[in-house]
Amino acid sequence: MLSGIYGLLSASFFVAMDAVDVAFTEASVGAGISTLLMFLAITMTERRDHSVRHKPWLALIVVVVTGALLIYGTLDMPYFGSADAPIHVHVAPRYINDSMQEIGVINLVTSVLGSYRAFDTFGEVVVIFTAGVGVLALLSVSRRPENDAKIDALNVSMHEQHLILRIVIKILIPFILLFALYVQFHGDYGPGGGFQAGVIFAAAVILYSMLFGLSTARRVINQPLTQFIAALGVLLYGSVGVVSLLNGGNFFDYNVLSDDPVAGQHLGILLIEAGVGLTVASVMIIIFFNFQGRKEYGQGQAKGDV
Amino acid sequence: MAAPLCLLFRHSRAAWLFALIASGTALVISILLLQQVLATGLISYALGGWQAPWGIEYRIDTLNAFLLLIISSLSTVVLLAADTSISKEIPKEKHSLFYVLYLLSLTGMLGIVATGDAFNVFVFLEISSLSAYALIALGSDRRALWASYQYLIMGTIGATFILIGIGLMYQMTGTLNMHDLSNRLPEVAQTRTVFTAFAFVIVGVCLKLALFPLHLWLPNAYAYAPSIVTAFFAATATKVAIYLLIRFTYSVFGFSFSFTALPLQLLFVVLGVLGIFVASSAAIYQSNVKHLFAYSSIAQIGYMIVGFSISTVAGLTATLLHLFNHALMKGALFLALAAVMHRIGSVQLSALKGLGREMPLTMAAIVAGGLSLIGVPLTVGFVSKWYLVLALLENGWWPVAMLILLGSLLAIVYVWRIVEVAYFQPRVGPGELSKDSVREAPLAFLVPIWLLVIANVYFGIDTRLSVEVAQTASESLFGLSQ
Repeated sequence: MLSGIYGLLSASFFVAMDAVDVAFTEASVGAGISTLLMFLAITMTERRDHSVRHKPWLALIVVVVTGALLIYGTLDMPYFGSADAPIHVHVAPRYINDSMQEIGVINLVTSVLGSYRAFDTFGEVVVIFTAGVGVLALLSVSRRPENDAKIDALNVSMHEQHLILRIVIKILIPFILLFALYVQFHGDYGPGGGFQAGVIFAAAVILYSMLFGLSTARRVINQPLTQFIAALGVLLYGSVGVVSLLNGGNFFDYNVLSDDPVAGQHLGILLIEAGVGLTVASVMIIIFFNFQGRKEYGQGQAKGDV
Repeated sequence: MAAPLCLLFRHSRAAWLFALIASGTALVISILLLQQVLATGLISYALGGWQAPWGIEYRIDTLNAFLLLIISSLSTVVLLAADTSISKEIPKEKHSLFYVLYLLSLTGMLGIVATGDAFNVFVFLEISSLSAYALIALGSDRRALWASYQYLIMGTIGATFILIGIGLMYQMTGTLNMHDLSNRLPEVAQTRTVFTAFAFVIVGVCLKLALFPLHLWLPNAYAYAPSIVTAFFAATATKVAIYLLIRFTYSVFGFSFSFTALPLQLLFVVLGVLGIFVASSAAIYQSNVKHLFAYSSIAQIGYMIVGFSISTVAGLTATLLHLFNHALMKGALFLALAAVMHRIGSVQLSALKGLGREMPLTMAAIVAGGLSLIGVPLTVGFVSKWYLVLALLENGWWPVAMLILLGSLLAIVYVWRIVEVAYFQPRVGPGELSKDSVREAPLAFLVPIWLLVIANVYFGIDTRLSVEVAQTASESLFGLSQ
């Protein structure tokens, strides 16, 4: 709970520093999904810590030293918001002044992420993909039909209790999905983009499967499909790079995608954002399904034993 | 030039063959790159068509090209044996995921080495470490999970430190490009912020490279990972971290800043020598051969750090040589261990009894690798130790040189333990399988193992290529910073 609150607080902190896009991501990932995953992990293990046998003095010392060094480092920093700080006079002016002509996207953050530093963003998508593959490799359980039946029986009894929640969620989900699409395609004009949209989309699916049971959700969205989509997203992103390479430009040089450089940039950013959104959404779903699947698998087995 | 890497970004459920092709392609491209760099000098490639510092660039000089070659060649050779090795150690349905992770990890390492952008380094570091955690956790032993968790915590702290350092640098200079950073950092070098940034980057990188007091994650991670993963990481992962250390101290912060801001020389020479002794002594007492060689890896990292701390062209050359040579030795050793694991299902020292007669070729490879570790003439180990000692003497650090030779004696002890068990003890042990059940390792193992062993000897005799490249690389590093 505290870490969720921390996520929300730091999101508002980012808003105060005018980093709306970061705040958006932090609110959806830090406060939303990661807290949820923590809860899931707790339900799978137990709530209470075992009593600590050793006193972690060494860790305390390391933390204090690190903190002291960090504060020491802030002493010579330029003041927050000062106009002549190095970050405001070196690279950034070009992003601010020229990106309208060069890329033609109103949201600066999107043009930096999507075009100037597209390769970093590609790396981030691969990181997310790696996380998804890692979860798959370690947590996936092979499902057997007889276990599924037990799990279904368990779910029916469990989910009948939350009638109000179920109705409210049923009404909300279409709007959440719509909002995700809005965020996805509005990234050019305001805060938003593939990362946030992917998470919101995944949140809708996760909400549904929490209240209606995993196997119901699996009927709509099955595992191999999500895996395929996760890979597809990365491939889509990468292939934009390859296509620009084939068209005679450098890797991720969107200018060559169309006759008009600005239109090319638009197209490139649109495509890579789509790739980002696909991968993020499906990886989130993969992670949740595998966590939850493991939990239900455990419960199903326990019930079977009784 | 970015195409080499994008080829690897393929995520379809790659089977072994595909992984092999991808890795082989990377190998061919790195060979071409190295040739081109040696012929024409620095290559720079602007990703997205945006010139650095606005965009991200790949910046390949001799050092990068050398590292790219080491990583991609070792990865390809190790992959040759992967199919057979994982067939017993990893459940069938996870094989394709294994290859996906393997390729991702390779991608991450190649990316770290190729890029000329500090933040890009962090992104690729995340890719390679995340996939590394998952790969290690795939080990069949339950303890692999714990080992991977340890590594995850330490590795994440390391990566976060590096990120903090990069963030502070960005704040002081307004740029993320390494070359641009090195131009702009001297202006603000006297500030506390830059000093802090430097400290964070160094500590973070040292965590990643398992420098002596920060090495605790390494032995377990190596011992419980699937054997093939151990061979891959032992040959490449720490090398990448050493590369980062060299890149940040020499190119980004610049030689004069790096070695005056902190007492880096003294610190590293002490830690390096301590690392050699503590880790070698620990290796002597291990009963698991993988553990033994993992500790020996930490000791070898000590040698590289000593070479680094001399901070002369000769010292750096020795470090780079040892980087290359150690990759060859450890690749051969851990692959041979993977073969042993495949045949007898254990790498406990007691299980190796008399194996010299049952699996002569595999055990001979272990002996050859061991000799190379000790530094016997005609092997690569000798070459790098020779250059290291020469560099030390040149600088008048003869006590350190003596200590290093003493350290090699410790290596003799732990290699001898294996030889003794494998050749001089009869093949009967507790819970023994019937004698004829153990056969020589399959060809899929023998070919890559002996490729590496032959490379060990070849580069131990004909040192022209490796020495020349290492020397050019270190000269260009000093040229950059003075």
